[in-house]
Amino acid sequence: MKPNSSNGEVRIGFYVCHCGHNIAGMVDCPAVAHYVGGLPGVAVSRDYKYMCSDPGQELIKQDIREHRLNRIVVASCSPLLHEHTFRHAVEAGGLNPFYFQMVNIREHGSWVHTDRAAATDKAMALANAAVRRVRFHRPLETVRVPINPDVLVVGGGISGIHAALTLANGAKKVFMVEREPSIGGHMAKFDKTFPTLDCAACILTPKMSAVRSHENITLWTHSEVAKVEGYVGNYVVTVRRKPRYVNEELCVGCQECINACIFKEAKFPDEFNVGLSKRKPIYIPFPQAVPQAVVIDPARCLQLKTGKCKQTCIEACGDRHAIDLTQKEQLVQIKVGNIIVATGFKLFDAKRIPQYGYGLYPNVVTSIELERLVTSSGPTGGHVVLRDGTTPQSVAFVLCVGSRDFRTNRWCSRTCCMHSMKLAQLVREHTGADVTVFYLDIRAPGKGCEEFYDKSLKDGIQFVRGRVAEVTDWAVTPEEEGKLVIRVEDTLAGLVRRIPVDMIVLAVGMEPHADSQDVRRLFNMSCGTEGWFLEKHPKLAPVATFTDGVFIAGCCQGPKDIPDSIAQAGAAAAEAMALIDRGYIEQEPNTAYIAEEDCSGCKSCLPLCPYTAIGFDEEKGKAAINATLCKGCGTCVAACPSGSIRQRLFEDDEIFSEIEGVLAHA
Amino acid sequence: MHDPGWQPRIVAFFCNWCTYTAADLAGVSRLKYAPNVRIIRLMCSGRADPQFILAAFAGGADGVLIGGCHVGDCHYSEGNLKTLRRFQMLKRMLRGLGIDERRFRLEWISAAEGDKVRTVVNEMVEQVRSLGPLGMPSRFREWDAEMARLPAEAKTAGAGAAQEEAEAAHA
Repeated sequence: MKPNSSNGEVRIGFYVCHCGHNIAGMVDCPAVAHYVGGLPGVAVSRDYKYMCSDPGQELIKQDIREHRLNRIVVASCSPLLHEHTFRHAVEAGGLNPFYFQMVNIREHGSWVHTDRAAATDKAMALANAAVRRVRFHRPLETVRVPINPDVLVVGGGISGIHAALTLANGAKKVFMVEREPSIGGHMAKFDKTFPTLDCAACILTPKMSAVRSHENITLWTHSEVAKVEGYVGNYVVTVRRKPRYVNEELCVGCQECINACIFKEAKFPDEFNVGLSKRKPIYIPFPQAVPQAVVIDPARCLQLKTGKCKQTCIEACGDRHAIDLTQKEQLVQIKVGNIIVATGFKLFDAKRIPQYGYGLYPNVVTSIELERLVTSSGPTGGHVVLRDGTTPQSVAFVLCVGSRDFRTNRWCSRTCCMHSMKLAQLVREHTGADVTVFYLDIRAPGKGCEEFYDKSLKDGIQFVRGRVAEVTDWAVTPEEEGKLVIRVEDTLAGLVRRIPVDMIVLAVGMEPHADSQDVRRLFNMSCGTEGWFLEKHPKLAPVATFTDGVFIAGCCQGPKDIPDSIAQAGAAAAEAMALIDRGYIEQEPNTAYIAEEDCSGCKSCLPLCPYTAIGFDEEKGKAAINATLCKGCGTCVAACPSGSIRQRLFEDDEIFSEIEGVLAHA
Repeated sequence: MHDPGWQPRIVAFFCNWCTYTAADLAGVSRLKYAPNVRIIRLMCSGRADPQFILAAFAGGADGVLIGGCHVGDCHYSEGNLKTLRRFQMLKRMLRGLGIDERRFRLEWISAAEGDKVRTVVNEMVEQVRSLGPLGMPSRFREWDAEMARLPAEAKTAGAGAAQEEAEAAHA
């Protein structure tokens, strides 16, 4: 095939970037430039300190003008990082932006090799391939597709709430889907927030109500995303709305039905109070729940289980007719342009570390259980008590339970130090008990956090450095009788200690949800090895994912505190807003097309396309590709027996020349 | 024995979304691996045309590696399954062509598995190193020479045979 250019002559400009020392430290950049300068078709070959900088880009533009270049190759970092940057420069220089090829000699070269000669050789081979390839590049046009301005927010914790409100306040329509019967997430369970000790409910509940009442937000609680189809700007999402057995619009939240329930006593563990209190089959998740509507648990409701109940709840509801036991699961389809995933985390199960005795000793509790105990609206009305109802005289906090531990989770959960110190202060305030914190390192890097640590020290909270070995009730001295004993190596004092206390609080870490793998598949995202959703770039694109139009916010991306979650949620909302306000998305022109003259009409390609983009023109007896449906994977291209399906940007001749190129340099 | 300065050359076809990104991650994490691999980016491993693999071997590659997303994780939902089928077929074909199938490898490497890129590349380089050079280009040259020689040889051999036949008929 003939190289496609205006005057037929290919004039390539080649640039190898030093990236400071990042590349030049392991690759002999001038030698690469010299080598490429001798390859056919190369008119200019240079090495430069920072190609992505303004002067670097200017260099390309200037050379295009002065040396009549019509192809550009840049050897630098990954195209996933800077391909767009250089395409823009090429375009600004007056060429079609697709007359450009990038060579990855940093991520795939200097950063992964230790032998300078071998790394330089590899860079030369890759550059050779690109120089051969770019010769065959064709001018291409990006396709503009209109964007649906509506946004789906998945998860109604503080991150989801903040993202939804930001968008809704910017006059965008938002659908919020929350799995639980109320929004609020983990934050709704907190009494106070560190380091300011302001009331969590006071800052969260107004935002929750705002979600409910906002004209631009459609809130679907007790619902899950079942299916996601389409692409950025045009997603079709199927939402599974689980039956609540109560009509949210009609329920006024009077809770008369709860009093009337045939179960006179609440006897089922209450999820919101992490099992510390009981609820009935018909219940309201928590007093400030949004929506303010009761919900019926089908696994507990006598009528739903057996069909043999007097249905006193319906009677109590009377002419409001809010209770509807015939509700069925519904699948609803919505169309959105962007999706923000803010599905949060789950807490580490303390039973996984049996030596801490959680589940064995009643007075070993988790940090979230203590959180419910200190909350005035909690199961004990804000009294920190032992299981027997008495007030503890001494309380110990064990940090890094399920964090920074090779046996469980390696990562730092980031919030437990501060969360524990907050609880420690509250426990001192509520009970006057002696408080000891067992820590590995105190991590208090946030704004105002170190000051909070100082305050904890001054307030008389004891800090013992060492990972607790075990918790036991085996007393060896009279003072230990009837107490829980912590065995720990105090690494500052340099001795093994036994410390008897009344109550032990395990600061449990954060983990990805058990179904995070399913969720990530649903939205076509990636997970890191730990199971947190993977951002597109750890620094430059912390809320974007590899799927355009899908953003992540909050703890589903990794452990973080409330301010960081909110910052991310705002960033995700802004990213979505930027796409929406532009009004269109530019699609990479890497779609497949049919060279009709070669198509034999064998139909081999038809079943290969997962997007049904390939149809068959019966009249012509040839396959036909619908470019708007094609995503550009190229699977059909590789399968066509006659080679009549081609892929823009990944044409056969382009790839064959790349193969030749990488092998041409010995 | 082969040239002592010989280094294995491996051509790798990595999908844009998982394996290419994993290789980027290996770089960002500064993991060190053998420099013998040359990565070519495709949007999906499903784009890896069998001809690319054959062209790589024919062009002098000692090994070919294809990297794609894990099954169920393909950015294009099932391109990698097509790759898997092609891979099985191609391995049989390579056997038929006398190319050791250990020179051809398919791996699922997710965007988070930078470490796996290192392991797989290093393993593959060692494997191919132990197999020695494939040297298809020099073999092609030998075959071409043989093909050029054959007609002449056949002619002389044919003439000889005809003569013998004639002599036998005489006797």
